[in-house]
Amino acid sequence: MSIRIIKQGIADSIQDAGISGYQHLGINPAGVMDVVAASVANLLVGNDLKEAVMELHFPASILLFDEQAVIALCGADLGAMINDIPIPLNTPVVIEKNCVLQFTKLNRGARCYLAVKYGFSITQWMGSCSTSIKAKAGGFEGRYLMKHDEIHFRVIDNYTGILQNKDAFIFPWKADTTKLYTPGNIIRIITGDQFERLNDQSKKIFVSSPFAITTQSDRMGYRMKGEPLQLQQQQQIISTAVNRGTIQLLPDGQLILLMADHQTTGGYPRIGHIIRADLPKLAQMKPNQLLRFQIIAQQEAEDIFYEQHRHLLQLQNACNLRLQEYIQKHALH
Amino acid sequence: MCKGCTTLGSMKMTGTYRIYPLGETAVTIELGNRIDEHTNQQVLSLFHHIKNKKIPGVTDIIPAYSSLTIVYDVIGIRQQCHPSAYSFIKQELEAALQNCNWHSSTKTRLIEVPVCYDVSLGIDLQEMSEQKQISINEIIQLHYSKTYRVFMIGFLPGFAYMGTVDKKITTPRKQHPRVKVLAGSVGIAGEQTGIYPFDSPGGWNIIGQTPVQMFNAKREEPVLLQAGDEVKFIPITLYKFDKLKI
Repeated sequence: MSIRIIKQGIADSIQDAGISGYQHLGINPAGVMDVVAASVANLLVGNDLKEAVMELHFPASILLFDEQAVIALCGADLGAMINDIPIPLNTPVVIEKNCVLQFTKLNRGARCYLAVKYGFSITQWMGSCSTSIKAKAGGFEGRYLMKHDEIHFRVIDNYTGILQNKDAFIFPWKADTTKLYTPGNIIRIITGDQFERLNDQSKKIFVSSPFAITTQSDRMGYRMKGEPLQLQQQQQIISTAVNRGTIQLLPDGQLILLMADHQTTGGYPRIGHIIRADLPKLAQMKPNQLLRFQIIAQQEAEDIFYEQHRHLLQLQNACNLRLQEYIQKHALH
Repeated sequence: MCKGCTTLGSMKMTGTYRIYPLGETAVTIELGNRIDEHTNQQVLSLFHHIKNKKIPGVTDIIPAYSSLTIVYDVIGIRQQCHPSAYSFIKQELEAALQNCNWHSSTKTRLIEVPVCYDVSLGIDLQEMSEQKQISINEIIQLHYSKTYRVFMIGFLPGFAYMGTVDKKITTPRKQHPRVKVLAGSVGIAGEQTGIYPFDSPGGWNIIGQTPVQMFNAKREEPVLLQAGDEVKFIPITLYKFDKLKI
């Protein structure tokens, strides 16, 4: 009961919410880039929000399912098709045995998440199913997925009654994700401990100028290009821990935004931190896109993050119910 | 941000401390702004104290040279009806500062690391020797004659920042970092010495190589060294190096 990679994607990997508890050993958390999309994919198929998923970049893998499965795709719109049937995002879908799931066009976003009902069967490393590319461990063999890989899922069920001889069945509902991502290109931040050391001009630039995501951007971090920023005085910063979302000021005055595969510690000045709730939106932004930063208060950032999570839980309740009811009513077991 | 200089526990803590958020899912306490053994020892005492306290919602505790960072589960803490996860953790941190036993008796491990300093492996030895006008042998001897403290692990899984090397062999990071430094390479950057656990880009000055795996994902404890360990380098021949290397 598995998915076989028949064509390799550029950077597809198994990720969950991340590796926690080992950062003091330099083992960075990794995990999905867009926590919201991964959570929605999971809740649509009745999984725990933090279940391991397949994170797909474009061009993505071509996947052959050797068993029937209930799946969901969320995040980037990569023009998903099951054989010749276009598959929408944010909806649970049954895929028939021996059918191919492929991704034909990068329409919107950057990372797409594939969840399968009951989850993938992954041996945990350091208590997590995430892939640590740096440590070459965890996830599926500690690396990006390659041709011929077989990723097993935990349970097979019979959905023949729902499929009715078609290659795919699209359930008649959709998760509404509009409240989970704010529109526009504003990325909210809280100030970092070295923000005050920026000179006045730089403080203004930081919150009013656009910054472009360069092509030197990946799971480790996004290198930005914009008007250079400067501290009032050059200063040696001793290495200390950094976080996902930390905005570092490099010696050339440009910024780097730390993402999922960030190093655990760093020695560059930290002028801000992207709020958790806006990291999913950032994870779906691509090179050459522009963004602007907006400073909000620490407590507000926390409240927004908590509210976003509550919304996910509400969505989870609603979707679980519908899925269970539908399967019970229509599947032949 | 909060500054303080206070009598902590039964011991006066010298200098000020600073607590600041690292985003909304982590908080850092800075006990100083220098690389020195005394401050680092305080960081590690606090690290062990907080680890043993098992505060609910804390997911990572990261010691660095002169700071400690606590990463916490905002959602989990808020679900316990705390109106602010940050305030909750900050309070726990301040309580820990009050109650921490700064002379805690966590046993220091002494780890011996075999190193081959042959010039074929210590690829920057020649350049260092020319720059400093001392012989390669003297550089090597100054390096292995000292026992080093592991100040922190960071940058890569299992990369130990150790110090402090003898003044005669302190060397700034290379102007042009290498695209690839081999796993096991032992290097010097400033006053620090370190070992690359993987092949990696790097700017440290390489003086030798160890056959020991600093990181092995398959081991029960994948990382060999931890903050607070003492490390002694044991020089070995190229022959022995080849025999020991897996």
